[in-house]
Amino acid sequence: MRVDETTVRRIARLARIRISDEEAKGLEAELSGILNWVEQLNSVDTASVEPMTRVVPIELKKRPDVINDGEIADEIVKNAPMVEDHYFVVPKVVE
Amino acid sequence: MTELTKLTIAEARDKLRKKEISATELTQAFIDAIDAANPQLNAYVLPTPELALEQAKESDKRLKSGEVRPLEGLPLGHKDLFCTKDVRTTACSKILGDFTPTYESTVGANLWNAGAVMLGKLNCDEFAMGSSNETSAFGPVVSPWRRKGADGNLKDDKLVPGGSSGGSSAAVAADLCLGATATDTGGSIRQPAALTGTVGIKPTYGRCSRWGIVAFASSLDQAGPLAKTVRDAAIMLRSMASHDPKDSTSVETPVPDYEAALTQGVKGLRVGVPKEYRVEGMSAEIDKLWQEGIAWLKAAGASIHEISLPHTKYALPAYYIVAPAEASSNLARYDGVRYGVRVPGKDLVETYENTRAEGFGKEVRRRILIGTYVLSAGYYDAYYLKAQKVRTLIKRDFDEAWKSVDLVLTPTTPSPAFGFGEKTGDPLAMYLEDIFTVTVNMAGLPGISVPAGLSAEGTPLGLQLIGKPFDEATLFRAAQAIEDAAGRFTVAERWWTAGAASEGGKRKAGSK
Repeated sequence: MRVDETTVRRIARLARIRISDEEAKGLEAELSGILNWVEQLNSVDTASVEPMTRVVPIELKKRPDVINDGEIADEIVKNAPMVEDHYFVVPKVVE
Repeated sequence: MTELTKLTIAEARDKLRKKEISATELTQAFIDAIDAANPQLNAYVLPTPELALEQAKESDKRLKSGEVRPLEGLPLGHKDLFCTKDVRTTACSKILGDFTPTYESTVGANLWNAGAVMLGKLNCDEFAMGSSNETSAFGPVVSPWRRKGADGNLKDDKLVPGGSSGGSSAAVAADLCLGATATDTGGSIRQPAALTGTVGIKPTYGRCSRWGIVAFASSLDQAGPLAKTVRDAAIMLRSMASHDPKDSTSVETPVPDYEAALTQGVKGLRVGVPKEYRVEGMSAEIDKLWQEGIAWLKAAGASIHEISLPHTKYALPAYYIVAPAEASSNLARYDGVRYGVRVPGKDLVETYENTRAEGFGKEVRRRILIGTYVLSAGYYDAYYLKAQKVRTLIKRDFDEAWKSVDLVLTPTTPSPAFGFGEKTGDPLAMYLEDIFTVTVNMAGLPGISVPAGLSAEGTPLGLQLIGKPFDEATLFRAAQAIEDAAGRFTVAERWWTAGAASEGGKRKAGSK
């Protein structure tokens, strides 16, 4: 699989990572190299194989749907780069 | 009196309980050793001496009153991937800034509740992505090991301590802690252990809680110990492991007394040797080491059987789909809004893009992009789903093997420790470091690396044992047999203290 520059830019946009022109060029080659290498998996017949989800088949546990903590707004916003009262502050999203 | 930092966990535990030494004295010895070595080795990104002495004081109180917990007063290093309450946690990435958790990881809490003392946070590859500790935002860790030249003297070039748990492996090998926590997604405990002459075990997926550990690839990540001896690793794992309702993948199964299992020997155990691990280009010394391991286990009473794990060669490519895919999803949370650094832009999207461009290092960005690609519309089935199906086949290979053997013996790495920058230019060359370890994560099995010999250059080499799900006890037994036969491999010369002459003098005077 050959990844071209347009694809690199589209992927970077999806991943929300700004990349420079120079980086885009380097990534074209790097991503193509890695994707070419993983293509060897196509030689494995997996037509009748289920995807693995975990090593020991256990049923995922469920807990009662009750409130078991709370009143920790101070803690939740403690590490935020910009806060007002108990709100995370971001640039304006709605004009 | 022996030098305190050279003790093993088992030895220190005995001395503390016999009151030959105090926890404070032991902790102070490590604090001094870290002060002297860290400028050279860069193993700790945040030493926490005050906290350590506080914990040691509590331990001394308990040692006196007799309310002794299993790890009472034993000073450990803690990989900076574990969240620590009120202590900065960075995953060795710039993007987390001065993130200071308001909670403790379950594994960490288990250790401190068992009486262990935290000496500080240890360096690692950024978000645990790397095999040499060179991707850390805090700079690389220098291995305490050096190559031996033809003249018998140590060479000056710096070697990597392995990765991602390179701070952990270097700190243990350099006697900067009794043992350390680590995590393993594709080999990040076992490969650094092999490269530094230390013991590292990645337990079965679900054995240790992942709660409070910065997530890399959730279906592969497991915590485990790095230690000086098999016994020490057994002691640590017993306290680290637990069932935790806060991690839905942690398994509710009793944690055995691994230390007690060590005395059981390997008589009658059936050891599998997979022919597919005899990869092209394997060095003669690795092959020789493997043959020695086979001979040691045989001499100790185990039987050896050639087995086949036919899908072995697909494990690494499948891993480099699954791990980046899960990483791209897990790392989406670093958006400069709720924690960590923010690099402003003209709008919200640009703020995200700037923050993530500047906050993540090169390898992390590369893996997020790969992951985003393989999960993007139209590619999910071709890549991620395909890789998860290959995982089923890898696990089936092992299920088949368990019908005739109890454990599997392989080398841990294809080669000994390499120098700084030797593999950073080529991501695929670096990825190949994990060729023998990654299958174990893909199949969710337990794997342990034990030091088994030295390379021609005088640097450590390790053997890996792979076990059945939740059968870590058998791994410890076989690992003990290898350690008994091979002996321990410790750094011959503390070259990093040579610069600080007064320090070296003090050390000698004090160690009479």
